[in-house]
Amino acid sequence: MSRIAGSSRDVALMSFRRQAVPILSTLAAALLDLLPVVMTWPIVPDFAFLVLIAWRLLRPEMWQAHTALPLGLFNDLVAGHPIGQSMALWTLTFLLLDLLDSRVDWRDYWMDWLFAAAAILFYSAGSWYVARLMGSATPYAVMLPQLAMSVCAYPLVARLVVALDRWRLSR
Amino acid sequence: MAKPSTRRPGFSRRAQYGLFLSYVIAVGGMLFAALLLLIAIIDPTGFNALKGAALDVTRPVAAAGHGIAGFFGGIGESVGNYFRAGSQNAALKQKLQDSRRKLIEARATELENKRLKALLRLTDEVEDEVAVARIVGSSFDSARRLATLSAGASSGIRPGQPVRSADGLIGRVIETGRWASRILLVSDGASNVPVRLVRDGTPAIAGGHGDGTLDLKTLEVGRNPFRRGDVLVTSGVGGVYPPNIPVAVVVSVDGDRTVAKPLADPSAVDYAMVLNIYQPLADVPLSDTSENALRGAGQ
Repeated sequence: MSRIAGSSRDVALMSFRRQAVPILSTLAAALLDLLPVVMTWPIVPDFAFLVLIAWRLLRPEMWQAHTALPLGLFNDLVAGHPIGQSMALWTLTFLLLDLLDSRVDWRDYWMDWLFAAAAILFYSAGSWYVARLMGSATPYAVMLPQLAMSVCAYPLVARLVVALDRWRLSR
Repeated sequence: MAKPSTRRPGFSRRAQYGLFLSYVIAVGGMLFAALLLLIAIIDPTGFNALKGAALDVTRPVAAAGHGIAGFFGGIGESVGNYFRAGSQNAALKQKLQDSRRKLIEARATELENKRLKALLRLTDEVEDEVAVARIVGSSFDSARRLATLSAGASSGIRPGQPVRSADGLIGRVIETGRWASRILLVSDGASNVPVRLVRDGTPAIAGGHGDGTLDLKTLEVGRNPFRRGDVLVTSGVGGVYPPNIPVAVVVSVDGDRTVAKPLADPSAVDYAMVLNIYQPLADVPLSDTSENALRGAGQ
């Protein structure tokens, strides 16, 4: 494709790419749950959530808070969570980040990481609490390795999302 | 990034109302999701139709996963070989690798043979198995320990049925689709299996700890009957799990806390066997008459 859109078809293609890449990348991350990996110890980060908050922190104006509802429903269905878990937790995360955005004057890389870490902690604790309500007697200490891995994986996921963003907006 | 100078999107009424509406939808949707979650907590089997359908749709992806992973691994390897092609060294390496692969294949076949034989012998012992299926995935990124099985309601699998491998108990079925089902592993925090000690028959409950181990609880107070290396089998109490299926081996005893490791490692077993509920009546809710009788006895 040339750098200048030659036809209305090109324009439509570019605008589709611009709008679809964030959604599709989040859905693809949710589909990672289908990999034939069997683990009895929670250590792998939930990549769907990491990609979601990476997009949200990179482009705060791109998604309204309610975008998290259908994405969360998809994640619940694919990952086998009780329906409503990701829907509620993801939307609440978006609302809290909206609140944070209106309070904090400047955000840089380290602040982003801090907010991401807070969001990951919130999500991990929330899903652990839902599991507890459903009768699981798992102590929270079991989740700590996964929490640490998720916080460490966030910069990598954020780099990937930035690369996707550059490609999405490139001509 | 700087925050916007004002929380309003501009002077346009339409944009302002639009923003307000999006928050109303978000909060309303979140409350709706919380309601769904509440329903799921009160009645875990309530959304079985929807979740089963999702299981069915995603099953081919999960089942094909092995092949795809192998395919992509193969691409990298062949590119590497291409660059070394021409030199005899590479050819020899290739030959060596081929024979090594064949050896591994032979070993794998041998192992598979052994496993299938074990399974066959097992089938002789236990006659009331429902289906034999592969474990194709797990909830490796959540607080729950669930696994996906490549067979569902069309093979006769129903929620509640116990699942075992040749090595021991794996868990029980909690959701079913037509061609796939989800099982609760014994190491999940919500799983409680009535067991007994092989050595002297002491009854205990093996509850999951969420990290691949089990916590053993006995009814006895003050004395810990377990020793390191003790093997536990199902006791058949409760009527769900058939008796005498190996469950776990004790790995550490620390005062009151006893930690055991499941004998069947769901990441290593290829085939899992779904069994009938040991005493199906155990899973049926009480009839009105017996409930009234119990209530009368209580008063």
